[in-house]
Amino acid sequence: MTLSIKDLKSKLGMNKGAHMSNMRLRNRSTGGYIATLIFLLLFASIMVLPMVYVVANAFKPLSELWIFPPRFFVYNPTGKNFSDLVELMNTSTVPFSRYIFNTVFIAICGTVGNVLLSSCCAYVFARRRMVGGKAYFSIVRYALMFVGGSVTGIPNFLVMSSLGWIDTYWSYIIPAMGTSMGLYLMKQFMEQMVPVEVIEAARIDGCGEMKILFRIVMPMVKSGWVTLIIFSFQGLWNTGGTNYIYEESLKTFNYAMSQITAAGITRAGVSAAASLLMMIVPITVFLIAQSNVLETMSTSGMKD
Amino acid sequence: MFKRKEKVIRHLPFFGKENLTSYLMSAPYMLIFITFNVLPILISIVLSFTYFNMLQSPSFIGIENYLNLLTNDDLFITGLKNTIIMAICIGPGGYILSFLMAWLINEMQGALRTIMIFLFYAPSISGNVYFIWTYLFSSDSYGLVNGVMLDAGFINEPIRWFQNPDYMMILVVCVALWTSFGTGFLTFAAGLKGVSRTYYEAAMVDGVTNRWQELYYITLPIMRPQLLFGAIMSISGGFGVGGICNALCGFPSTQYAVHTIMNHLEDYGGSRYEMGYACAIAVILTLLIVGMNYIIRKLIERVGE
Repeated sequence: MTLSIKDLKSKLGMNKGAHMSNMRLRNRSTGGYIATLIFLLLFASIMVLPMVYVVANAFKPLSELWIFPPRFFVYNPTGKNFSDLVELMNTSTVPFSRYIFNTVFIAICGTVGNVLLSSCCAYVFARRRMVGGKAYFSIVRYALMFVGGSVTGIPNFLVMSSLGWIDTYWSYIIPAMGTSMGLYLMKQFMEQMVPVEVIEAARIDGCGEMKILFRIVMPMVKSGWVTLIIFSFQGLWNTGGTNYIYEESLKTFNYAMSQITAAGITRAGVSAAASLLMMIVPITVFLIAQSNVLETMSTSGMKD
Repeated sequence: MFKRKEKVIRHLPFFGKENLTSYLMSAPYMLIFITFNVLPILISIVLSFTYFNMLQSPSFIGIENYLNLLTNDDLFITGLKNTIIMAICIGPGGYILSFLMAWLINEMQGALRTIMIFLFYAPSISGNVYFIWTYLFSSDSYGLVNGVMLDAGFINEPIRWFQNPDYMMILVVCVALWTSFGTGFLTFAAGLKGVSRTYYEAAMVDGVTNRWQELYYITLPIMRPQLLFGAIMSISGGFGVGGICNALCGFPSTQYAVHTIMNHLEDYGGSRYEMGYACAIAVILTLLIVGMNYIIRKLIERVGE
């Protein structure tokens, strides 16, 4: 609501000092804005319905989970599902904190590595010359289009075992750093948002390549790497059981949760509580990252 | 309207020290990428020309796998048909929906924008959300949809939503579209923030009057890099559909009504241990995606010119 007031103010010229991006363009009408808002809210309510259902289910007692006629919302909320879940967690042979540590460690290392390595390489493809660069990039594009499901399982296992990475953290983290999606995403954002003239100016001023990348290019494509962080983190957070890990203490949070909840109808409540818990961290990361997607001013100070 | 500029730095020499810097900067990524992405794919392609049951070492049989697939395997042809129908609905449908919604949301600012994007992205955020739909459309009278319809008197006995071929395809397509606000959608939302307001203001001076002209002549051409990226993601997603079918209708689905190429692949690769055959299926699937992507690329490159 504060937003519409701000808009009204800027329309009336009441806050002259407001940042430019907070003002709407002149050809936008208030009526159209409100209509858009209502349309989006209607659509969004359908999209979010199942998530609401997950939350409601997590607080339903078993008697309400299997009632006729079925209820969408919870009538007698209970915390029993969560206390049952905690109880089950305590019975596991490996302490549950270990599973959580594994997942957090993998997710953070993998995401940071993915963003750094992809950006370095994307900068070369987007704004530098390299012998064979075009061929390299088309390999990345074709790899992105290869949808093979389980057929790469055996070749991947052969690669992992010949590196001696079975039962190590490396088998989670390193492959996550070299995803074709990461590179393609960063390259496309650099092509859209980084003007060649700015880099040329920096080079003439004697700026080194790494400095150009991290001081000039990366701030310009912030919305790009923030988006990549969301994808990468979310993917790694949901890592389940893999073919490369047999040691119980190296397994992930998601794997442990799925083991607990895979016991049919009697664990329906526990399973609902677990899916709510698994969602909280990716949602938090998403909200923090998304609120950092801001308008970039990459063309400011340039004369065409 | 917007001429594509010279992409690389002009006064950079092509060979020599500069080239070495380029190689060094791209080396860490490329090394990992080639080891864990390209190498397994190449091995799979080679395996597609062999008979390989995962117990004995693979034996070379030429193009026999491909011949069997195209001439002897009725189920593959069923899968191919279903996949093409689904891919045509899910791929372009999800792509256009994602862009349209991201474009509308771009009118919002600050926290309101963040929340809107979150609401649309919500189904993609948790790993496995299909179970909600099996719950809503459960085939007994405990399912929400059946329960409501029974209560209201529309039907006398519960409908078996995911076992009746009349409903299966449409339900799978709807659920897939619902999950399609994923990678492409977020990329569009972020990319739209990179379209500087100054372009719109300049365009207004140049006589662009309505939103549709603005979209066609300014937004789409500037968004071309993200549009190309989104296209690959939705085409691969559309043709690679399979997990949803299993989660909703089980495997095998009734009368193979929602049997897809991906289901066929997982059947041979995961359950029957006929890896050579599964690899051949993957190669054909990838060729379909590459072909479709080529067409979409040509279309996107023409926009706004």
